[in-house]
Amino acid sequence: MRAEDGVRAAYAEIERWLRATPREQLDRKRREAELLFRRIGITFAVYGEGGDPERLIPFDIIPRIIARSEWERLSAGLRQRVRALNAFLADVYGRQEILRAGRIPRALVLENEGFRQEMVGITPPGGVYTHISGIDMVRTGPDEFTVLEDNCRTPSGVSYMLENREAMLRLFPKLCARHRIAPVGRYPEELLQTLKAVAPPRAGADPTVVLLTPGPYNSAYYEHCFLADEMGIEVVEGADLCVQDEVVHMRTTAGPKRVDVIYRRIDDDFLDPEVFRADSLVGVPGLMGAYRAGNVALANAPGGGIADDKAIYPYVPEMVRFYLGEEPLLANVPTWLCERDEDRKYVLSNLDTLVVKLAKGSGGYGMLIGPHATKAQREEFHARILARPGDYIAQPTLALSTCPTVVEQGIAPRHVDLRPFVLSGKEIRIVPGGLTRVALQDGSLIVNSSQGGGTKDTWVLEDEGPGQEHPQSHSQSQSQSAGA
Amino acid sequence: MLSRTADNLFWLARYTERAGNVARGLAVASRMAAISARLGDEVAEWRALLTATGGDAGFYRKYDAPSEEAVVHWLVFDPDNPSGILSCFEAARRNARAVRTALTVDMWEALNDGWNHLRQLSPGAAEGENLADFLGWVRERVTLFNGAAQDTMLRAEAWRFVHLGTMLERADNTARLLDVKHALFTPEAEGAVDYVQWQAVLRSVSALRSYQWVYRDRLSARRIAELMILRPELPRSLAACHAEVSDTLEAIAVGQGGRMGECHRQAGLLKAQLRYGRIDDILAAGLHTFLTEMITRTDALGSAIDAFYIRH
Repeated sequence: MRAEDGVRAAYAEIERWLRATPREQLDRKRREAELLFRRIGITFAVYGEGGDPERLIPFDIIPRIIARSEWERLSAGLRQRVRALNAFLADVYGRQEILRAGRIPRALVLENEGFRQEMVGITPPGGVYTHISGIDMVRTGPDEFTVLEDNCRTPSGVSYMLENREAMLRLFPKLCARHRIAPVGRYPEELLQTLKAVAPPRAGADPTVVLLTPGPYNSAYYEHCFLADEMGIEVVEGADLCVQDEVVHMRTTAGPKRVDVIYRRIDDDFLDPEVFRADSLVGVPGLMGAYRAGNVALANAPGGGIADDKAIYPYVPEMVRFYLGEEPLLANVPTWLCERDEDRKYVLSNLDTLVVKLAKGSGGYGMLIGPHATKAQREEFHARILARPGDYIAQPTLALSTCPTVVEQGIAPRHVDLRPFVLSGKEIRIVPGGLTRVALQDGSLIVNSSQGGGTKDTWVLEDEGPGQEHPQSHSQSQSQSAGA
Repeated sequence: MLSRTADNLFWLARYTERAGNVARGLAVASRMAAISARLGDEVAEWRALLTATGGDAGFYRKYDAPSEEAVVHWLVFDPDNPSGILSCFEAARRNARAVRTALTVDMWEALNDGWNHLRQLSPGAAEGENLADFLGWVRERVTLFNGAAQDTMLRAEAWRFVHLGTMLERADNTARLLDVKHALFTPEAEGAVDYVQWQAVLRSVSALRSYQWVYRDRLSARRIAELMILRPELPRSLAACHAEVSDTLEAIAVGQGGRMGECHRQAGLLKAQLRYGRIDDILAAGLHTFLTEMITRTDALGSAIDAFYIRH
């Protein structure tokens, strides 16, 4: 309950501030924020839809607040979940014990598109598969967070976590100073440490780390450059790398230079045209050979898609129990797999209450939100599910938490989710914060930036809220006097 | 440094410098056109400018005659002209965007703000009465970028490729701007030329005042050619630009433990020729011949740099 009180107190402070701030000033700050993002060039590239290809993701100036105690629980749950996901990946590409034990249906894994035969028998450096995981969650009650989905391939959005904080500090320094907000600026350093930790042993003390991007036309290109810049590493494109004798080199002005760790932001399919899609122009021929030979580390490891597949998702709590012998700390959303006869029957007769998603989809495309759908839309999904049951999963609509948000009419509650970023190298590191996405349409549950969602700064408070006594700041003198 | 990064840095500097030089050329041509209008030969000025910017073939494919409107549109807004001011800003920003990590924030903002402003302009903003202000603005943006690079870049390889791009482009532009008026430098022309013409040539490289400081005498063809080609004090002279190009290439080589190639040889040769050349020899052999050779060799040097550092 203390967490709830803390968050309420924090929002009360924000509310006081909002009440004291005239609407014109808020609008001015919003415009300033937009200008700031445009100037720094934080854009999200959307090509092929006409209009300006360099778009801004709407930034809401009211922060989303998480209490310290709430965060502690949450991050313990995240650590546990990511440990289990890594163990699962090592297992399915290794001894496959979880399949042999019958805890996850064999066919569900081995016949899944996310399962990469090419990874069987490869042990990545350090035994880590998902070095950077983005876990999408929603707050469903006091101290209760539910995981919506795991992202173990190339999760993006962390640059917004960092830049949103920068924007808040620049726009509202006083408001920020009144709260003890856990800093997030360490993330790039932690990421670099994580990447260096998984370098092949022969790389020595100072491995060469690069970020591999598909290039400026990728929607997350800004983020690629931003992160590389913060880490002081090169952003490379496929054509900048070449493989000779199973060793990866980058082309530099001083000739070829050996590369030890690749933070790749290219999908598996496009990594190496000799192994995956032959028509890939953004990949590096021979890369998988070098990887197999243990001469280069890839983060994340190829094949991570099997762990974050929507059909595998219902089994993550089972992974936690199987590999760690623990009870899961984070809840899962109940999920029906339309492939299973019983599940499908249930889904088809409850389309008006369920959310139906593509098992392979992402970005909020191709979804049916039952309660908001028309009869025609539900009938269309009914037919689609019958035609290709394996493509669909269904979940109940959740009572998502909301957060006050600046909208046309004033301040109104809008649904939010949260994507914290979990780093796995020699150890697991989580920067206190994450990307909060907000559905800007009234009643909407879709927060994806490709569907008109926005973002907020996410404040994890170091204490239980502002505007009250800070017991922590007095504790040292207290303990000294107690000891004396 | 990544070869691709070096390539982007080199070109973003070249395009930025080119935008500034097109603006200089336009400013002088429009001034001259206004003066020659009373003589009825203002079209000659615009035609000469088209030749200098090297895009006349493209121009005549789209436009019938080099009227002021057509030339200004071609050199400022026309997306079909890769050396137009808008195209240069766009190309510079595209290159910059590809190497954000290698630029300082000040450099990026100088380019990005300029581009954001430029793409929102209506064509009217560079027409008639507005042209001079617009060209002044372009030169300011270029100066801001150069200043930002000069003031904020770590003196490492990234800076050297930027500087190399700026200097090589500037050498090319000075040679072109001078070549437009090469007819003024023949012995027959001496004495018959309007003083205003000399002023225009010097103005195009911001050297009118510098001329007075160096020579303290009336304008003469021989001295103008000497100033713009051989004097190391003038920052836009061929000698000054090629000395910078050669020294910068040497610095890159030193940073890489002495690795050198054909581009270093060509750059050194150009630097030495301009350092020890004599203006009377150049004029005797023909200014146009000399400048054409300079433009060709500058171009070849660009290819040699590309072959050694970028596409090896």
